[in-house]
Amino acid sequence: MLDTALWISLALILMALMLNVYRMTVGPSMPDRLLALDTMYVNSIALIVLMGLWLNSKTYFEAALLIAMLGFISTVAVCKYLLRGDIIE
Amino acid sequence: MIKPRSWLPTPLLSILLLIVWLLLVSSVSFAHILLGSLLAIVIPLLNRRFWDVQPSVKKPWKLVRYGLRVLGDIIRANLQVSWLILNPWRRMRPAFVEYPLMLEDRFTITLLANTITLTPGTVSANLRMDGRTLLIHALDVPNEQALIDEIRERYEQPLKEIYEC
Amino acid sequence: MNWYVFLEGLISVLLIAGGAFAFIGSLGMAHLRDFYMRLHGPTKATTLGIGCMLSASMIYFGVTKGEPVMQEMLITLFLFITAPVSAHLLAKTGLHLKLKYADKTRGCPDEIHTEDVGEKPVLHPDKGH
Repeated sequence: MLDTALWISLALILMALMLNVYRMTVGPSMPDRLLALDTMYVNSIALIVLMGLWLNSKTYFEAALLIAMLGFISTVAVCKYLLRGDIIE
Repeated sequence: MIKPRSWLPTPLLSILLLIVWLLLVSSVSFAHILLGSLLAIVIPLLNRRFWDVQPSVKKPWKLVRYGLRVLGDIIRANLQVSWLILNPWRRMRPAFVEYPLMLEDRFTITLLANTITLTPGTVSANLRMDGRTLLIHALDVPNEQALIDEIRERYEQPLKEIYEC
Repeated sequence: MNWYVFLEGLISVLLIAGGAFAFIGSLGMAHLRDFYMRLHGPTKATTLGIGCMLSASMIYFGVTKGEPVMQEMLITLFLFITAPVSAHLLAKTGLHLKLKYADKTRGCPDEIHTEDVGEKPVLHPDKGH
């Protein structure tokens, strides 16, 4: 039962990632692409958690945490650049 | 009632830091609690200059209740938004709503804006420079005044009681 | 024995719900009409999806390792704190770049003023600066 659930979940996350890639390439404006990238970060965390479940190992937890932090900081940095034309003032 | 002191300028942040440290090392041994408390005291002291003065929590239990209520609302909000996205016959009524703020402190306004973004169909888009109105974008609003009243009653009033009354 | 079957079912349900929420969030981002509406999907649905998935992982490792595992709470906490902040910044950026919104949107905001973001001249990325 767990295996089936894992596969279904994996398929859903993969479809979500594909939709993100679609929005990132098509996205008519810069914030659209940024939003797609931010969502991709979050979805890749899900992918890593699923991988940890699949391989029955807790080593991937730190990777997920790092991706969460990098995703947030890069989104904020690009937003700030678009808003102010500068990141660190 | 939690009061900020000179060696503990931001009590809530310190508690959060201690919890995060314990979760990160995933143990609750005495040594880790000691080290975590030390970090929770030293880190806010080091970056105190970056923070505005924070209001003190008058009623901690109400804060806990507020957190639980927001958690429940997040789940409700998600079901609503999912239904709006999935339903092919949906007729969305998006709107920008200007929300007149009652809160005055910047920290509480931040909390309110975060709550609004996480709960039913609304994203806080901009705080005007004078700090009096919050621009909200909502996905589906039949009635702007009802939305404003709901936010005021459910979130702003408790926040005001917790921090400012 | 029964207890394990129940837990397995719970983990499966949480995993599928997490995947479904993440997918719905991305679907909303892909097919809604304007930027401000697209913002709603990822900030809410995807965050809750990851929350579900991390709870599933937490229960699974808690059962197999035989001790409570709380580390996943950290990612959930972090995401729930940061998601509204980045959504707010993105919405602000969208307003600042004067992105179009769907015609049926009621209540038009005055476009964001320069003093709201500071005095620095802002370069426009689409115009080759």
